[in-house]
Amino acid sequence: MRCRKCKGKAVLDVPRHHTAFCKACLTEFVCAQVERAISEERMFTKADRVLVAVSGGKDSLSLLDILGKLGYQADAFYVDLGIGEYSRQSKAKVERYTSARGISLHVHELKEDEGAGINDLADLVHRPTCSVCGTLKRYHFNRTAVEKGYSVLATGHNLDDEAARLLGNVLHWQTEYLEKQGPTLPDSVEGFAKKVKPLYRLAEREIAAYAVVNKIDYIVEECPNAQGAKMLLYKDILNRLESESPGTKQAFYWGFLTRQKTDEQARPSMAEHDRAVLRPCVTCGQPTTSEICSYCKLMARAQKNGPTPVGS
Amino acid sequence: MKVLLNHPLREVEVKGPRRVREVLQELNLLPESVLVVRGDDLVTEDELLKDEDRIEIRPVISGG
Ligand SMILES: [Zn+2]
Ligand SMILES: [Zn+2]
Repeated sequence: MRCRKCKGKAVLDVPRHHTAFCKACLTEFVCAQVERAISEERMFTKADRVLVAVSGGKDSLSLLDILGKLGYQADAFYVDLGIGEYSRQSKAKVERYTSARGISLHVHELKEDEGAGINDLADLVHRPTCSVCGTLKRYHFNRTAVEKGYSVLATGHNLDDEAARLLGNVLHWQTEYLEKQGPTLPDSVEGFAKKVKPLYRLAEREIAAYAVVNKIDYIVEECPNAQGAKMLLYKDILNRLESESPGTKQAFYWGFLTRQKTDEQARPSMAEHDRAVLRPCVTCGQPTTSEICSYCKLMARAQKNGPTPVGS
Repeated sequence: MKVLLNHPLREVEVKGPRRVREVLQELNLLPESVLVVRGDDLVTEDELLKDEDRIEIRPVISGG
């Protein structure tokens, strides 16, 4: 197979765009898609300081890499969940990547600050590990971005992640979640960081190929907690459809975004809605819809049930 | 050829010569869900693999 752009030897076929790329043209394609996402969705500019939430996986490390290539000011933030060997390895990959390139890295240690790793915390509050993990990560991503003075928080969510999440939300008609599924969420209230997903135009396979071609050493292994078995099922179903008719995933998710934009003109904006319902948590001050935020509720419950004091 | 698979990590033997596309079919894998790596390089579906080749099939789908 030949590269459609330069006729060199292709390393990846991209059926949804009826094309194939060599190494150099693949990197160019990926960077151009990210640049387009950033400008079309008004994510940030070169004057902004961006905090990238990294896990050691292909998406977040590639995102950091791409933003560096494009000349944005991006630092990294890693939450150490304390999941044995998996956390040790992923943290080592993040440290190696950032130190080799002189990128600032902020680390939050669950075992130090919450007093226990994610598995113990989930046991203490009797909730599924992945849901506790989600609450903790969302909380610390936002808090760290705001406290350390970053204007935007970026995550490595890609087209497959967003299409799978959309499928799940539509299957269960979780309309309240649908509103928050855009690639840019505003910093509507004090204490709320702007959140963006610059990889939403790229398929998971294209990003993995970018990582391999650019020799990014990422963790291939899955989280042992098998984060979201449902998500894997939705992704597999979407990829079956994609194999039969290339372009299905992007038609599904991007089509949803187009509809959402048309609807927005008729409804109050998300920022207005947020300002109406969010207020500071009485315990920690982070924005929440109830009196006490879900993080503080979780930690209070862990403390009550814990054999030893947990949290700070 | 030797085929290295992930999740869980294991190695299987597939008779060559064979196109990448055929190897994926034989292993019942969706092309959209994997990358095929030989040495340091990615190979496309039409690549002919020799019996003495060693490849890694890397999953690209994560649960995150
Ligand atoms: Zn090319
Ligand atoms: Zn709170």
